[in-house]
Amino acid sequence: MMSYFLELTFSGLSRGSIYALIALGYTMVYGIIQLINFAHGEIYMIGAFVALIVSGVLTIYGFSGPAILILAALLAMVYAGAYGYTLEKIAYRPLRNAPRLSPLISAIGMSLFLQNYVMLAQTADFLPFPALIPEFDFMEPVAHLVGSAEAVIFAVTLLAMILLTLLIKKTRIGKAMRATQQDMTMARLSGINVDRVISSTFIIGSVLAALGGVLVGSYIGQINATIGFTAGIKAFTAAVLGGIGNIPGAVLGAFLLGLTEAYAAGYVASAYEDVFAFALLVLILILRPAGLLGRAVRQKV
Amino acid sequence: MRNLSVLSLLLLSLLPVCSLAAEPIKIGVAGAHSGDLAAYGIPSKEAAELVVAAANASGGLLGRPVQLVVMDDQCKPEIAVNVATSLVSAGVTAVLGHICSGATKAALGIYKEAGIPVISPSATTPSLTKSGDYPNFFRTIGADDLQGKFAADFVVEKLKAKRVAVIHDKGDYGKGVADFAKATIEAGGKAKVVLYEGISPGAIDYSAVISKVRGEQADAVIYGGYHPEASKLVAIMKKKRIDIPFFGPDGVKGQGFLDIAGKNAEGVYATGPENYAGLSANQAARAAYVKAYGKEPGTFFDQGYAAAQALLNAIRVAGSTNGATIEKALRSSLVETSIGKIKFDQRGDAEGIGFAVYRVQNGNFVEVK
Repeated sequence: MMSYFLELTFSGLSRGSIYALIALGYTMVYGIIQLINFAHGEIYMIGAFVALIVSGVLTIYGFSGPAILILAALLAMVYAGAYGYTLEKIAYRPLRNAPRLSPLISAIGMSLFLQNYVMLAQTADFLPFPALIPEFDFMEPVAHLVGSAEAVIFAVTLLAMILLTLLIKKTRIGKAMRATQQDMTMARLSGINVDRVISSTFIIGSVLAALGGVLVGSYIGQINATIGFTAGIKAFTAAVLGGIGNIPGAVLGAFLLGLTEAYAAGYVASAYEDVFAFALLVLILILRPAGLLGRAVRQKV
Repeated sequence: MRNLSVLSLLLLSLLPVCSLAAEPIKIGVAGAHSGDLAAYGIPSKEAAELVVAAANASGGLLGRPVQLVVMDDQCKPEIAVNVATSLVSAGVTAVLGHICSGATKAALGIYKEAGIPVISPSATTPSLTKSGDYPNFFRTIGADDLQGKFAADFVVEKLKAKRVAVIHDKGDYGKGVADFAKATIEAGGKAKVVLYEGISPGAIDYSAVISKVRGEQADAVIYGGYHPEASKLVAIMKKKRIDIPFFGPDGVKGQGFLDIAGKNAEGVYATGPENYAGLSANQAARAAYVKAYGKEPGTFFDQGYAAAQALLNAIRVAGSTNGATIEKALRSSLVETSIGKIKFDQRGDAEGIGFAVYRVQNGNFVEVK
């Protein structure tokens, strides 16, 4: 009974890790420019595709498994970062002073565009993704509880969270990001290049999403052009659950969502896992309309 | 001008022959003969032509020649309705077709009103027969739900499973297969369905469901759905060291599954249409095709050939071109066809045909005897 519980917990944690990596992009962008970047799920998908192509090429050149994983992940992150930067530059920056609805529609448009672009340029079919995460021998005794891939996903996510926290708390750009989040006008007046800060936010979010894409691809062994949609919706839910705009909130929300889904599937019925996930969202928003860690902003009248 | 005169001469020369011979029995052939899905329709059309040519060569049917009226519906329901109307007004006795389930369903109402029997080589949607709405409908291919029953019987009888987990993707096709598998196992009483679960296609991870399979100590999994989710499920089972048989429907039996699941596909079972190559009637039909067309026949050729054979036999047995009499003959008379000896049950499904079990060995689906 205990081992069943643990098994579900690990499943929920690895799922939550993926949600967290994507949710961070949503929440950081929202925190700074109050935009819900609906194309974020597509960046995750593009990250997975880049990793697939890179790993295919590297396999031909005879690289070993872990080396392929690291190189493919790095290149996917660079590529996705470039996509995130370009996305902001062409789809959102021209609308910076437009009513809030305009960039939202622009975001939905970009999401559809990127998805169909990958379908046309690559394929609409499912593609096999190599199992880049190796099976560790020392994990063998507990393989029935937690797989090597799940452990790697969780560990990499934790590492990414720590690095992100350091970046935001300790570095110059992190300070500038916090300042821009608090008050964009005031930040600009005190000499912060706000456009550059926003660009960096998009790049960081995209890099994390691509990392999620690579990890998921090598965990489940297949990708296609539409994987960004479901993952994006779930990660967005996680971000709202934790309080959108709040970085620790997004991580908390993601793990809560992942665990809820795993327990719902394990103890009730997997047909209802989405029902439980969204029921949780509704419940939390009723009790805390700003999300778990979100701060309710009082409207000035 | 000269062409026209030759044509009229030909017509004149034909006239006395026609008036001497009896009025031909017309049989409609409807299906996709052009467009994306033409590859599914043309082989059955060619099969019908071969069967009819053979019948005419040996003196026709009821002393009358048989004539085919071939019409293309491109597998589109709206075109199928027009095709059906034209065939009815052309005075056909019976129809061989249509090919796609959607087009067949759209056309069936028109044939039903006209009292014309329809026999399809390929429309597999269960409700076409199970609903009882179309007493004039027959088919020479197994319905989707038959696979569920077949899979359940195999898992219980051959694999000796006692605790079966049934998983489906919540879609019409997948859930249909899963429901029938579950009902069969429960009715049989030899094994228990310990888990019946729906999964969401496209979800990131199915490991919670697989944990549940272990938690219930299942000794076999029957899955209803398509290959992308099936490959995820087998991959997770492998990761979690759960080594029990995994059984999929024909939505899994294909190259797509082998490509995506890769090494994890080894040992997976799947149902698919039976392999009829061992039957002498089938070998004869295929040889006739190769002789006439110089290549191997395509998809649904066997089923189309059998449908034409069953239809001509029923007209012969009925001794008339009356729709109701032919339907009765289809239900009562056992006929030797290219897919074996068949007749049709009350609802129009062929008895004695079905699916075979295949298993992945060295990256290929191999039939399990």
